[in-house]
Order: sequence, then structure tokens, then C-alpha cells
Amino acid sequence: MRVLPPQPPVTLRRNLGWERQQERMFYVLISPFLIGFLIFTVGPMIASAYISLTKWDLLTPAKWVGASNFTDMAADPLFWNALRVTAIYTLSSVLINITIAMLVALLLNRNVRGQQFFRTVFYVPFVVSGVAVAWMWRVMYNPEFGVINLLLSYVGIEGPKWLASSAWALPSLILMSAWGFGGSMVIFLAGLQGIPLHLYEAAQIDGATRLRQLWHVTLPMMTSSIFFVMTTGIIGALQAFTTVYVMTSGGPGNSTMVYGLYLYNNAFKFYKMGYASALAWVLFVVILIVTLVQFRASRRWVYYESAS
Amino acid sequence: MTANTLSKLSRPQAGSLRRDRAAGNLVTYLLLFAGSAVMLLPLAWMVTTAFKQTFEVFMFPPRWIPERLVWENFTQVFTMMPFGRFMLNTVLIVQLNIIGNLVSCSIVAFAFARLKARGKNVMFYLVLSTMMLPFQVTLIPQFVLFRELKWIDTFLPLVVPGFFANAYQVFLLRQFFQGIPKDLDDAAAIDGSSILGIFWHIILPLSGPILITTAIFSFLYHWNDFLAPLIYLNSESNRTLALGLASVLTYPQGGQGQWQVLMAASTIALLPCLVVFFIGQKFFIQGIALTGLKG
Repeated sequence: MRVLPPQPPVTLRRNLGWERQQERMFYVLISPFLIGFLIFTVGPMIASAYISLTKWDLLTPAKWVGASNFTDMAADPLFWNALRVTAIYTLSSVLINITIAMLVALLLNRNVRGQQFFRTVFYVPFVVSGVAVAWMWRVMYNPEFGVINLLLSYVGIEGPKWLASSAWALPSLILMSAWGFGGSMVIFLAGLQGIPLHLYEAAQIDGATRLRQLWHVTLPMMTSSIFFVMTTGIIGALQAFTTVYVMTSGGPGNSTMVYGLYLYNNAFKFYKMGYASALAWVLFVVILIVTLVQFRASRRWVYYESAS
Repeated sequence: MTANTLSKLSRPQAGSLRRDRAAGNLVTYLLLFAGSAVMLLPLAWMVTTAFKQTFEVFMFPPRWIPERLVWENFTQVFTMMPFGRFMLNTVLIVQLNIIGNLVSCSIVAFAFARLKARGKNVMFYLVLSTMMLPFQVTLIPQFVLFRELKWIDTFLPLVVPGFFANAYQVFLLRQFFQGIPKDLDDAAAIDGSSILGIFWHIILPLSGPILITTAIFSFLYHWNDFLAPLIYLNSESNRTLALGLASVLTYPQGGQGQWQVLMAASTIALLPCLVVFFIGQKFFIQGIALTGLKG
């Protein structure tokens, strides 16, 4: 009879118990998420899908109407308007945000003195948000007494009517959103500081100019940060609501009627719960497609340092 | 020796290069200071307007610095509407959400970061997928649900969901927990520690910065949250700050002609956010940066 070394079996048995215990505990511990997911996400999504196939004003019983909410939508000019406004808002605000954030992060990354001071200053607008900020900008945008047209008058420009003009209201909101670029900037700065120095040293040995270093070292190494900021930024911008609600209520003449606000109005102003739910599902599908396309396209341009 | 040559190469070699660099730095600083001014201008304009007299607000050309500081604008905020009550309501809602988020998200994040289990990846994709879901999809059914529960015009719809872990903060905490050396868990397990013991005695004590960051996120989000209070709260005495601010124009003394009062109210509402940010900014900025790194 062979004598087995006594140690391994004991620890092995212990480990097996430990692993089973881990697995059990894992599901116990994530239960707050799972329960919340069922109550606040899965349940509502099923309910929302059902409501989208009905006509319902919350007071009288819901009436089954099949897909007519969706066919109504196709014929609703305000729906197409909301899609168009939201697309313009999302694309321009995300693009401007990323561009400014990257430029400022590159500037700050030149080991400037007072880097932390500047980083804080640029970040502050990202911290404040909501109704107070919307009021603040509304006062600044005032054509007669606001600071923006005052500043423009210093350089001899007569400023537009901003929020009161249907041509300028949407650009005003986009400009205002650019003010909050600090969130993306901090992410870019962290990304820049994570690029290994030896890559630049190698590029210098090869005689690469600063511009070429930027193009061939910095930007490729930053693609994963850019991708993150872009995807989350687009998802956020597609759902814009509070600032528009406070600043323009979608006007003048629906020129700033973003999708989120149009949906809110249908649900809680006109009590068209069925139509609003249908709108919500279309938004969901749009976000899903946009995100999937971005992930697909990201294989071509996003570089991850460790592919494993 | 190789390292030595490299470090020499990476430094500017000639005087002209150094002069270029100095000029470049000057431009950099000019840009940064100009940018800072632009960033701070809105806040500065809000604060100076808050201290103006009525006629100064509607002066043309506008006046940058008020003639005298009208502190009464700030007291008027509290007399024209129950602003103190709005603040108390907001503080209560924010507090409960901070507690709920910290407890639920840290437990869930711990499980994802430190425990081995079948189906863990699938579960994590589930968490991430909720980030993509627009809130509008669940908005109406949630409203219906809370209406059935008779929770409308109470704080419950604004507080209870906070106790069921949200994706963003779970992700943030998980990123941090994963960076804590795994050996610590194993050592504790060999010493007979339970799984909850590891969470409580090893992970949490090492996670101060990220817990503060999570708390700041909860604070900022719920302090400024507008849509949920707008939908769920009706009576004036239940309003939050954001809701009260949005309804300023409906108060007789807060009409269009009272911008200075409006800006005073906005200043009061934003001040706590700025204070919290400045106190916790070291942790906070690290936390934000963490979300951008791949997990």
C-alpha cells in the first residue's frame, strides 16, 4: 500500500469546498443587482413592449391597437423632426466634446506647471449640471443683457438671438454642452499618461518629428480611450432632456425638440402612454444599432494594448 | 548603458530646440489661461448677477461688477418659496441614495471582482447591457408600477431603486477591487476567513478612495437629478431643489424680471456640488480616469 503525501488532498478538499462556497456566495452577493434588474429593467421592458401596442391614457383601460403606434410614427412629422434634431445634437456635441477634450489633454500633458490647477478648472463644469446650469446659460444667452453678446459686441459682432431664434437655438445647446468637456479630458489625460515613454524614445531615434509622433504613437495609443468616450457620449446625448426642458422646452418652433423631450411630452403632457412607449422602443433600437455598429467598426481602428 | 543613451536622446539637444520649446510653452500657457477664463466665465457671471440690483441686470451695456453686493437676493430666495424645505428634501433623498448605492454596488462589485463562479461573464454582460438601455424605455412602466404601489408624491420612487446596484458604479468599484492583490484573499482564506470576512476586513479597508468617489458620484447625480422628481413628486412641500429651481418663474416674486434672484437660487444650488468636488477631487478625478481604462 502506497502512502500518499498527506498535505495535497487536504488542501484540495478544502479548495473544492471553497470554490463551491464562492459560487454560491457570488449569486447571493449579486442578488441586489439581479432583483433590481428584474423589477426595474426586465419587467418594465416587457410591460413597455406591451404598452407600445396599445392606446392608453392611464385613466381608461388600455386598448389593444397592434402596431398602429409604429405606423402612426412613420407618418408623424414631429417624430422625424425629433430624430433629426437629436442626430444633429448628438453628432455635433460628441464630436466637439472629443476634439476639445483631446486638444486640452494634449496641452496639459506637456508637463506644464500647474497641471493640476488647470485640470481642476477645466473639470469644474462637468461637476455642475442640471437645472441651475440651464438657468445660468439662459441668462448668459439673453440677446440684450447676456454676457455672450456683450463679449461679441467688444469685437464688433452683433450676436444672434440665440435661444429665441429657431436657427440658433440648437447650436446654442450644442455650444453649451461643449462647456462640459472636462469629463472626457480627464479620461484622455489618464490615457496619455499611460503611454509608455519608450515608444516616444524609439520614435525619436527613428527621427520622427513631433507631429509624426502625435500621429503614429499618441493617437493609436489613445484609440481605446476615444472609443470609450465616444460610445458613452453618444448614448448620453441621445437621451438629452433636462437642459432642453428648462432652456427652450423644445422651441422655438420645435427647433430643439430632442427625442427625450418629445417622448416625455407624449407620455406626461398628452398622456399618450402607448405612443410614448413605442417611441421609447424605437430609441432603444437606434441606440442598440448605433452601439453595435461602433463596436463592429472599432475593430478597424481601436488598438488595445493587451489583446488577451 | 542603453538606457543612458536613450535618456540623453529624449532631451532637447541644441539651444535652438530649447528656444522653440520655450516659445511653445508660452503659447501653451496663453491657451490654458484663456481656456480657464472661458470655463469660469459662466459661473462668474452667475455669481455677479446674483449680487446685482434689478436695474443693473437690465442695463445696457451690461455691467460686470455690481455697484454694491445685494445680499437680499439670497434671502429673497428663501422667502419667495420654501427653498429651505426643498433643500432638506434633496439632502434626505441624496443621503439615502448614497447609502443605498455604496452598500449595494460595493457588494455586487466585490462578487464580480473577487469570486469565481460559473456564468460570471454572462452576468457581467448583463450589468453592462443596462448601461445601453435608455431610461425612457423603462420610464413609463416604472411610473405605472410606482403608481400601483401608491408611491407617487412620496420619496420612495427616488430612493428605493438606489438600493439595487447600478451598472456604472458597479463597474467603477469592480475596476478598483480588481487592482487589489489577490494574494490577500488567499491568505485570509487560509487563515479561515469567510468570504464576507474578506470583503469586510481586506477589500473595504483598502478601498477608501473609490468608496469616496462612488459617494461623490451619487451625491452629484441625485443632487442634480431632475426627471425623476419631475415625474414622481407633485406637491410643493415635496419638491427637490432641482424641481423648485425649475418652477421659480411660477412664483410671483420670481418672474422674468427677477434674474438676480434666479441666479442667487442657482448659486445656492450649485455651491454644495462645488464644495463636495473640491474636498474630494483627488479621489474623484482618479475615479473618473479609472472608468476609461479597459477592464
